[in-house]
Amino acid sequence: MKLTGAQILWECLVREGVTDVFGYPGGAILPAYDALLEYPIRHVLVRHEQGATHMADGYARASGRVGVAIATSGPGATNMVTGIATAMMDSSPIVCVTGQVGSRLIGSDAFQEADITGITLPITKHNYLVTSAEDVAPAVREAFAVAAGGRPGPVLIDITKDAQQGSCAFDWNAAEPRLTEAYDDALPGDGPSCDAVALINAAERPLILAGHGVMLSGAEREILAFAERGQIPIAVTLLGIGGVPASHPLNLGMMGMHGEAWVNVAIQQADLLIALGMRFDDRVTGNLKTYAPTARKIHVDIDRAELNKNVRVDVAIASDLRAAIADWLPDVAPGDRAAWFAEIDALKGDSAVRDIQNLPDDGHLYAAHVINDLWRLTDGRALVVSDVGQHQMWEAQYYKHDAPRSLITSGGLGTMGFALPAAIGAKIARPDAEVWVVVGDGGFQMTMCELATIAQEKLDINVAIINNGYLGMVRQWQEFFYQRRYAATPITGPDFVKLADAFGLWGAAVHRRGEVEAAVLAARACPGGAIIDFRVEQEDTVYPMVPAGADLHRMIRRPSPIVETAAD
Amino acid sequence: MQPGNMLHTFAIYVDNKPGVLTRVASLFRRRAFNIESLTVGHTERPGVSRMTVVVDTDDYGARRLEANLYKLVPVQRVDDITQTPSIARDLALIKVAATGEARTHVMQLVDVYRARIVDVGPESLVIEATGPEAKIDSLLEVLRPFGVIEMARTGRVSMARGTTTARRFDPPRAPVEAAAIDLSNCSV
Repeated sequence: MKLTGAQILWECLVREGVTDVFGYPGGAILPAYDALLEYPIRHVLVRHEQGATHMADGYARASGRVGVAIATSGPGATNMVTGIATAMMDSSPIVCVTGQVGSRLIGSDAFQEADITGITLPITKHNYLVTSAEDVAPAVREAFAVAAGGRPGPVLIDITKDAQQGSCAFDWNAAEPRLTEAYDDALPGDGPSCDAVALINAAERPLILAGHGVMLSGAEREILAFAERGQIPIAVTLLGIGGVPASHPLNLGMMGMHGEAWVNVAIQQADLLIALGMRFDDRVTGNLKTYAPTARKIHVDIDRAELNKNVRVDVAIASDLRAAIADWLPDVAPGDRAAWFAEIDALKGDSAVRDIQNLPDDGHLYAAHVINDLWRLTDGRALVVSDVGQHQMWEAQYYKHDAPRSLITSGGLGTMGFALPAAIGAKIARPDAEVWVVVGDGGFQMTMCELATIAQEKLDINVAIINNGYLGMVRQWQEFFYQRRYAATPITGPDFVKLADAFGLWGAAVHRRGEVEAAVLAARACPGGAIIDFRVEQEDTVYPMVPAGADLHRMIRRPSPIVETAAD
Repeated sequence: MQPGNMLHTFAIYVDNKPGVLTRVASLFRRRAFNIESLTVGHTERPGVSRMTVVVDTDDYGARRLEANLYKLVPVQRVDDITQTPSIARDLALIKVAATGEARTHVMQLVDVYRARIVDVGPESLVIEATGPEAKIDSLLEVLRPFGVIEMARTGRVSMARGTTTARRFDPPRAPVEAAAIDLSNCSV
């Protein structure tokens, strides 16, 4: 069977199980777009190629399948860079296909030529420059294997125009990837798992640190079985939210810079940390010199390069998490750690009293209230896609996620503008899910052009803009660390209700807490896209907070009572 | 050199494909490792190139580097041969100003170092020297008073001694299957 390179591309995507792609056409990718019409693949036209990569990313995180983004050469490809880096940092499997100028023009600074394989080299797991039709199928098949295999991540395939136009015999089987297996002998410091179990059974104050790897590995059931058998409490990272149900009694909640104060203190007092599919990011450890000083440490990660990277551990296991836990499980002794739980309970202290939810209504609309109401009104079942900043932390604190893959957010790279496009990808991956975007007024304005995509694709996505008129998290840092000198953080925006109307979407503004419920219910009832502009307290602050680089247990706590923090 | 650091030597076997050198070099740069020397060449197997890279780092850094190198798709195998008994050689071409009497002196030194003179010009000699880096450094020192006009060095190439390579080429392990476990008591 003789096909063009363009046809081979789609043929391979179909055989890889791809049903939806996110893209933007252009000169160098035109042959591929022309062939698209013959294949049963839904193409979502984005408004900016960055959006395409975030959509592929959101699609992948919502479903566990590989997301696909397509763009043309030059600016189309360079616009993808932020989305690729985001997927790299958060281990999200996406394949980006870019057109490239004809192979004979490469290096001549041709129109819309950019060295995208060079540019994306450090932010992809791997990339390919394909210059002949014969090489299309092997590259695509290998790209999917690389993107989804091991620790997932982005792969880019740059296909020259002549490779798309040329034809050759298509042989799916001959294109099977032959990847070199990593030479897998134990490096020094890697311990056998029996050492890990011995440490676990001997520990009096153990704590599980659960990360994104729980979901990537599909170890949600195993980690609970393990925690329940050993009676070991669990703290989760931002991307680990949902991997363990928030309502589970062993789940303490989020750790780190904006985690619960007593969770961080528990980490500092533990005698054993069992880090599962997390990478000791600086946002969860604080000062490494004083991090968990009394704890032995076990670290399981599929990526060997993460072991002993930030935190030196006693047992390092490079393994798929699910397999590692299953390996331990028969030997884990049933635990009775009542004393440790009592200790943790005591750490909670006055946290509940300080919690904004328990403070009297002072007439202001607080973002935390909005998120909490949203959680209540959606029965905690929404698929929430959050952006980056204060609202992201409030979402993580006040929306209690019970289901895996029910929170999608940009963690490692902290990409503002991620939420709206990522939600489009998530909605297309899971059309039955109730999708809510929680986004600040700053991040929303970075990628709000994708509202047009929501309208064109007739997607039922609800957007909650937490609008405080500031780049809130940066303002908070200025408040704490730069003497309230608010350089470049006040931000205006359009009338978001009129904006919704302009895109043919439903919109409403909410100024008081009493209006939240009606607006949320109206947005849920609305069949298409909906935007609610929550005009929240302008100078509200995310508490608690570990200042960057400070000791994990030295947190800035919410002053009590709340009125001290309210803006004058 | 940072305390705890030492020079680590890696032998890296890679697919001989365009861009591989960039990928490896980019990894060192991205992870903030400084390359002391790097050589690339063909191996006994067609399609496979061998790089010898010398890096100044500590043991944890070396291990992390090795793990990161394995994440590169074209990398087949990485050997840290720092502690392995091995032969390390550097090749240098040194052009020295030498006329009249100096010429005789230089030629004597070349003999002492078992180097060779590979080009004779009216006012200069080109010397080819092979050996461990320390030997080349030493030769360079004694030649410097005569006036070193130009020098080119290859950087270190290394090989483990004996008949075995630094590490055997084991077949890839079978993937670990998640054992079937009883989850009936688990509250999901």
